Amino acid sequence: MSKGSFLRPLKALAYLGRPAVTLPMEPRPAAPNYRGFHVNDWEACIGCGTCAQICDNEAIDMVDIPELKADPLAGIKPRRPAIDYGRCCWCALCVDICPTGSISLSREYVHVGPDLNTYYILPDEKGIHGLNYPKGWSKSPDADLLDLKRQTMGEMEPQERLQSFAEMVAGFTPEAALMEASRCIQCGMCHDACPSHMHAPEYIRALWSGDAEEAVRQIYRTNPFSEVCGRVCTRRCEDACSLGNRGEPIAIRWLKRFAMDSLNHEQVRRIAAEGRELAPSGRKVAIVGAGPAGLTCAYDLARQGHAVTVFEALPHAGGMMRYGIPEYRLPYDRLDDDVDVIASLGVEIRYKTRVGHDISMERLRDQFDAVMIAIGLHKGRSTRVPGTNNENVIAAIDLLRDVTLGVAVDVPKKAVVIGGGNVAMDAARTLARLQTRAYGAVQVELVALEPADAMLADADEVREAKEEGVVIVNSRGPRCCIINGERLTGLETVRCLSIFDNQGRFHPLYDHEDAQVHEGDVVVEAIGQMSDFSLLGDKLTEKLDWNGPRPRIDQDGRTSEPWLWAAGDMVEGPDVIHAVAAGHRAAASIHNEIMVREKTP
Amino acid sequence: MRPENYKPVQHSASHEYELYFGPNHPGIEGNYALKCVLSGDVVQSLRADGGYLHRGFEKIMEERLWIQNVALVPRICVPDPVPMEETYARAVEMLGGLEIPKRAQWIRALMLEASRVCAHLFYFGGHAATMGMYSNMFWGVTDRDLILDIFEEITGARIYHMYITPGGVRRDLPEGVLDRLSKVLDYVESRLPEFDNLFFDNAVVINRATGVGTLTTEQALSWGVTGPNLRACGLPFDVRRDDPYLIYDELDFDIPTETAGDAWARTLVRREELLQSIRILRQIIATLPKVGGPIRCALPNPLAWNVPAGSVYARTESSKGELGFFVVSKGGAKPWRVHVRGPSSMHAVHVLERLGPGSRLEDVAQIMFSLDACPPEVDR
Repeated sequence: MSKGSFLRPLKALAYLGRPAVTLPMEPRPAAPNYRGFHVNDWEACIGCGTCAQICDNEAIDMVDIPELKADPLAGIKPRRPAIDYGRCCWCALCVDICPTGSISLSREYVHVGPDLNTYYILPDEKGIHGLNYPKGWSKSPDADLLDLKRQTMGEMEPQERLQSFAEMVAGFTPEAALMEASRCIQCGMCHDACPSHMHAPEYIRALWSGDAEEAVRQIYRTNPFSEVCGRVCTRRCEDACSLGNRGEPIAIRWLKRFAMDSLNHEQVRRIAAEGRELAPSGRKVAIVGAGPAGLTCAYDLARQGHAVTVFEALPHAGGMMRYGIPEYRLPYDRLDDDVDVIASLGVEIRYKTRVGHDISMERLRDQFDAVMIAIGLHKGRSTRVPGTNNENVIAAIDLLRDVTLGVAVDVPKKAVVIGGGNVAMDAARTLARLQTRAYGAVQVELVALEPADAMLADADEVREAKEEGVVIVNSRGPRCCIINGERLTGLETVRCLSIFDNQGRFHPLYDHEDAQVHEGDVVVEAIGQMSDFSLLGDKLTEKLDWNGPRPRIDQDGRTSEPWLWAAGDMVEGPDVIHAVAAGHRAAASIHNEIMVREKTP
Repeated sequence: MRPENYKPVQHSASHEYELYFGPNHPGIEGNYALKCVLSGDVVQSLRADGGYLHRGFEKIMEERLWIQNVALVPRICVPDPVPMEETYARAVEMLGGLEIPKRAQWIRALMLEASRVCAHLFYFGGHAATMGMYSNMFWGVTDRDLILDIFEEITGARIYHMYITPGGVRRDLPEGVLDRLSKVLDYVESRLPEFDNLFFDNAVVINRATGVGTLTTEQALSWGVTGPNLRACGLPFDVRRDDPYLIYDELDFDIPTETAGDAWARTLVRREELLQSIRILRQIIATLPKVGGPIRCALPNPLAWNVPAGSVYARTESSKGELGFFVVSKGGAKPWRVHVRGPSSMHAVHVLERLGPGSRLEDVAQIMFSLDACPPEVDR
């Protein structure tokens, strides 16, 4: 081994003459992806709080900003992240997980201040000192921490679908459900957007941890129609889902269905009965219409110990869920399960009892402590263009009801459907199935007023209808039905230039030169529905306050008559989950009202 | 010293006295320190007194999501943080059965070796400083800074990179960074003759360091010595070669050894290792542009990442020795238990307590530093 030298180290003395390695007084520019102080684009930020969740030092608080507006349907909360630099470790996990990409770290890294409060900031686009430093570490597609892709859902091939009314969507496998549930970031946007405020984050979390029973328990907190909503919900939750900002929203609806499918009916019944009031309250409530609003109200009231009687004109419960939604979307036995759970709580449902015919509203008023009507929208509207009085011009809702009831329907070889909403799709696709069964070929034309990119129906419905052979003709309005003698031979349409006037009112403009004939033995009108209020009777109709064609209700669903509540499609427009929410609201109001009253003798 | 460790003792008349040997810092309450019993200037016995520096890591990790620990682990060892990130990430990958993309493996190896170069530069300076020679320390820290610049470019941070995550790395390399790293390596290499003049060929240093804190191979093996300290006893064991991880089996490098087992041998081994690391880095710089593909495999949402149940031991050759993470998952979003097998806690407690007695007071710091112990890792 070398013994070393005494002189050689002295060579380092040469360094005395060299410039020192010291920092310049000006701050040195940071690297392009430096992790400095935060910047946040408030326009893009949705206030979901995922940054605060991932923060390993709890350095991020979500601060309510009174000037910002909440928009639950768009998935925006009026709060923004504030960062405590006494805790932050600049790991930038907040950046990598941000669902919108609004938050980044800048290249600014110097802050000196004697006041501790200056270390707690609400970052905006300009950065901690408003100096507009360039962005440093920001979102990179290479290493996104969110799983933005939805699990695929199995569904039948179009040709197979057309053979029957069997349910076309397969439902998640347990593995796929687990993967889908694990995508959730628990921000709660879905909860806020849901009309019934379902506890979606909670039940998704329960599914993730493998506890389907807990998931169903969370579901039943707010929705007794989960078999139904797990299949046909309009899912405002998914529109609001934070993951939808850059990727595909969580399949919340299918996860709900998976939770319900995971348990047997007895387990669901047991969960629904948990926490129910066993002592009868002695109050009686009548509900008219066994649809989602009526039965939800019945469910809540029965759980609170009230005696509830539901009057239903048709032979089965479910209302529009049964008589409006075709079976390939919602199998009847699933609906029966939901109804059975409600009935198992002691709700009495009197079928084939038409109020106003078999029993009058006045009788109900006298015999019960409160009455709720939820009669839905079971009367089809007509375009009233010439020729619509022909017997082969039918309302979509009548067609769908007849198919469900099993009434023999004359299946047309060629059919024309007017309308661009989900009911029109239901009618067209139901006809497609009937035609396949009768003739082996689909000849359905669907004429919609809206252009292809602004259809009222769900994109999935439109796609599936096309796959099944329905021809969709966009931007066309009906002019008249073509009647040859007594026989209907088709529909004449003209091109629609615009639908609304400049004040946003429905006022379609047509180009009458551009006419087209759509051949058909039957024309189905699916342009909207209304309620049949004949059950009220003249006296009550006279007494009630009206809001256009609907009875006026207060925020709790109560009409101008103190004993009468109204809920569901008839007052709010067609949607299952809105009806469920309205049912809850009315039930709460009825409960508060009748509990302070004397018992009816 | 922690108050509970202070015991006033009534001594009978004795030529022995107790000296508290450690940092006195107003901002650090209870750093790692040594309690020496001396007679004259000869150490009679020596106790390591663990402190509160960066405390409680293993426990905290049980309370955090798998991904959140990425931000915590580099803090276990300040001068050489990359092996911490790498080992933790690899343990999670082993539990979760994750495949790391090839490009990420090369980038991780690059980070590891660059970190080793940093740590060794820091070590030379530190070792010299324990003998009162601070020029060397300034040089080492200055040159190390050039590599920190490269780290800043790649990871956005200079010391705690938080860059290696389970599944890969967080960002791809910025353009041109390999060229700049190559230049830095040239520079560091060109500086070695100057280090030689001042330190490695310095007769005073050689005299001061030779025969200090000598370990025999048997002692080293029975006391759990690993890494350069073990190789300085003549045993060429290196996890990179004997239990290769990432792409180390595709690299060409030597395992330098010395036989003396003393403080000077440990320093000489590290000087050679620095050159070997530069050799490895040059191979990585040549290969990396040819390795394409993603930099991270697909990961589940980290807020609901259910890492399968199991227990694994992942190990890495850090600049200080074998670094291991023993991680137990019972399934779920957080680890059930994480144990860090850190080389420093072995070297600075078990080895140092045995090597200390018999040495002179002025050598205690040198022995400790020549073992390259990192106090935060002891205190963890």
